[in-house]
Amino acid sequence: MPATDHRLTTIEMARFVSQGYLRFDAVVPPELNAAALAVMPSVHERKSAAAVAGFTGHGPVGDRGDQAVSAARISECYPAPSPFGEFLRLPPIAGVIESLVGPDPSFDHDFVHHIAPGRSVGQHLHPDAIVDSTDPTFDIQLFWFPHEVEPGGGGTRFVPGTHIRRTTSAATAKYQHVAGEEEFAGPAGTVLVFHHGLWHCGQPNPGTVERWMYKVRLNPCVPQVRLWNLDDFDEVHNDHTDHTFATPRADSVAAQLRRMFPWEGTDSSRYDLVERIRLWRYVTGDESFDADYYLSRIERRAALLDA
Amino acid sequence: MNNSRQQVLQLWLATGALDTNVTAWAFYDGTRGEGPPLPDGSPPYATGVEALEDGWRLIAVPGPLPADSQTGELHQGFTFERRIDMS
Repeated sequence: MPATDHRLTTIEMARFVSQGYLRFDAVVPPELNAAALAVMPSVHERKSAAAVAGFTGHGPVGDRGDQAVSAARISECYPAPSPFGEFLRLPPIAGVIESLVGPDPSFDHDFVHHIAPGRSVGQHLHPDAIVDSTDPTFDIQLFWFPHEVEPGGGGTRFVPGTHIRRTTSAATAKYQHVAGEEEFAGPAGTVLVFHHGLWHCGQPNPGTVERWMYKVRLNPCVPQVRLWNLDDFDEVHNDHTDHTFATPRADSVAAQLRRMFPWEGTDSSRYDLVERIRLWRYVTGDESFDADYYLSRIERRAALLDA
Repeated sequence: MNNSRQQVLQLWLATGALDTNVTAWAFYDGTRGEGPPLPDGSPPYATGVEALEDGWRLIAVPGPLPADSQTGELHQGFTFERRIDMS
């Protein structure tokens, strides 16, 4: 449950760092879902035609019909009346955005995704992270499902925890299935918020109804440090003694980060945990943070030898 | 005329040992669905050894893992095949 000011709590933030996504069921009200669905077909048609033209050189190259352009602050995008602007300014959505990439982040791009009923072709698993830097900064991607998606209905498939892996779309394409993968199903107005590196793919639509989804990518304009609601921070931000083989806590940030995912190998899960610790250090600015003593063991070595 | 067709199964395992858990998988079917399917289940086999017990032949094993690539692609990918007589 988000904090009263709609920003994330520390535990929610730790969950994002751990699993690479958060989910908010039916957070968008029905009237806004309906407004979006009313314009999605025309927006999809225009943006798809422009994208195809850009790749092939045939068609309406240079279509600039959007009310949002890359590098604009989102406060400058989609002025009212616009269902996409209203979505971005919705207090629960704005609170999550601020928690992860700061107030008024930079608009990267958006797209309306459509899968026709009966379409049997899906995407390969991929991260949206082909040319990203290797520093710990991250973009977020919001996936807004304006209508219900039933279990088995072919909702977006994704693999929790994979955002920590540095790989490419071509490399992840070979994994047809990954243990622990999830397939979105949920009520209308549900929003998934992804770290840009999370592996995901669009799926076939075995049903008889059109499937629509709005996806927007945002870039931070400030260091992503302690941007969420910190009311619970001191209570849950553990010290280096939170060690699973010594004195583990069940209610701490470390408890969130040490969670293993089914696709992780026995040893590789420890490397992944170290990367999650490093990401938590970035978002907190606390370079002494640790879980299960992995980094403290190394960093304290010189001091121990000198003692 | 060669009437056999190849089915290929790739299994990524938790470690370099064939008797550890499957973490990811992919299946390519040269019989276009006329050969035997994979068992139901996610994953279809719990371990690499289970695939051997079901008649799959191991044809490729993973190479050494570069020390600096631990948090990149999934490692420990094994490739199996079976030849299906289509006559």
